[in-house]
Amino acid sequence: MLEVEVISGRTLNQGATVEEKLTEEYFNAVNYAELNEEDWDTLGLQEGDRVKVKTEFGEVVVFAKKGNVPKGMIFIPMGPYANMVIDPSTDGTGMPQFKGVKGTVEKTDDKVLSVKELLEAI
Amino acid sequence: MVENVICTFCGSVCDDGQFDIEQFKSKKLCKLGSSKFSKKERIKAPMIDGKEVSYEKAIEKAAEILVNAKKPLLYGWASTVNEAIRLGVILTEKVRGIYDQCASVCHAPGTLAVIEEGLPGGSLGAIKNRADVVIFWGANPMEAHPRHGMRYSISAKGLLIKDRKQRKVIVVDVRPTKTAKLADDFIQIKPGYDYPIISALRAIISGNADVVPDEVGGVSKEKLMELAETMKNAKYGAILYGLGVTQSRGRDRNIENAVKLIQLLNRTTRWVIWPMRGHYNVVGAGEVPAWEAGYQYAIDFSRGYPRFSPAEFSAVEVLKRKDCDAALIIASDPAAHFPKAAVKHLKDIPVIQIDPFPNMTTLLANVVIPSAVAGLEAEGTAYRMDGIPLRVKKVVDSEYWSDEQILEKLLEKVEEFKG
Repeated sequence: MLEVEVISGRTLNQGATVEEKLTEEYFNAVNYAELNEEDWDTLGLQEGDRVKVKTEFGEVVVFAKKGNVPKGMIFIPMGPYANMVIDPSTDGTGMPQFKGVKGTVEKTDDKVLSVKELLEAI
Repeated sequence: MVENVICTFCGSVCDDGQFDIEQFKSKKLCKLGSSKFSKKERIKAPMIDGKEVSYEKAIEKAAEILVNAKKPLLYGWASTVNEAIRLGVILTEKVRGIYDQCASVCHAPGTLAVIEEGLPGGSLGAIKNRADVVIFWGANPMEAHPRHGMRYSISAKGLLIKDRKQRKVIVVDVRPTKTAKLADDFIQIKPGYDYPIISALRAIISGNADVVPDEVGGVSKEKLMELAETMKNAKYGAILYGLGVTQSRGRDRNIENAVKLIQLLNRTTRWVIWPMRGHYNVVGAGEVPAWEAGYQYAIDFSRGYPRFSPAEFSAVEVLKRKDCDAALIIASDPAAHFPKAAVKHLKDIPVIQIDPFPNMTTLLANVVIPSAVAGLEAEGTAYRMDGIPLRVKKVVDSEYWSDEQILEKLLEKVEEFKG
């Protein structure tokens, strides 16, 4: 298990499939976390592995991907998976904290829920 | 082939697209625009609790829900045209509900900063023609606004800045994004340290470099001195900021601090600051209620007059507090884009959805009303990210009603029920 800072944000694929949310393409565009290569090795991850991301606000299982992020940071594309773990408090602004939430990431055998299952689980 | 099609995806609102009606395919647009102007699965017909009904029946049911609710939330509006938003604001007032829009979870912290400090801004045209230094701060246009760089801010050929070599592009971000790869300089900062870094730049530029420590938010003092020098020496500089600034620690205060930095620079040179707005008409979703009711978002009409308070009336706060008993969601998908603590209440109340495409909100909506895609099947006016109004076109015919048509009918029904 590693301690990380979770950030979320747009990607080209997320944007290109955002009007097709119930398709496989959208599911694939938002259901992963990018990790730094060193963190990837520490967790002993292989292509296709899943990770469980936990913060004080929730947890979510996503696919693991090697990405261009600094050590100790993971990036989850904006969308329903990221929203399971981001900080909903808004400090009076109306804006939840979608970026920079402290959490942990660990390898898991649990499955990645579909978009529908995710909504049912809320 | 239809020429000069106006793209209704991102805030860049490119006005030079082409659309081949026979092949149903666009040309010249980016990956996001091409997906917008392509054939996709649609909501087939209006539905009440999953059963297909006529537009009239669905609208009648929607009106009934809104009229019977004590305090409905009317949320979305960023992906529709000003004509529809105008009706939405009137409708919200009629049903004494809460008007909130997508900027609430996007660029609204910038709006709060502007209320405090004003906005030293410029149009995208001015940036293209004049900006010799462009800083993308927490913004990644290569993924969120793919043609922005080419048309306005990175490689754009302008009147005074004639090519890429004459423009210095700097990216400030927490990770090396695709945009960072195109920049002359990439400054990697620690997440949540925008505020102290901006403060350090203000200190250096105002002649107080001695108070700045050796390192701020992961950036060396030396690097900050270099950046401050570049900013001071610019003839026309632009900070274009993204959600990296508004959605992380500091939120509105980050922007407020950045505006103060720009004011300081403007004592000796010319700088502008502008948000990289996301949806094609999210500016309209704020401007229209501003010219109708005085506020851009988080507006409560429950007392019969508009009150603005994001801490109380922004959609996420309202839903977390379970302070609405019905919701109308239009041109947006909060079930996919709100934190789960807010989505939870949406599952427990009657929800009306108006949207062209099935999405996660469709899965929890009781009344679903499909609409025409603005810019493709319906026309109207949209504000580009810099506030320039553009008339989006109707390119193909459609059986679907436009948002404007639906809201007109809904408003009529609500007035009828209220007597």
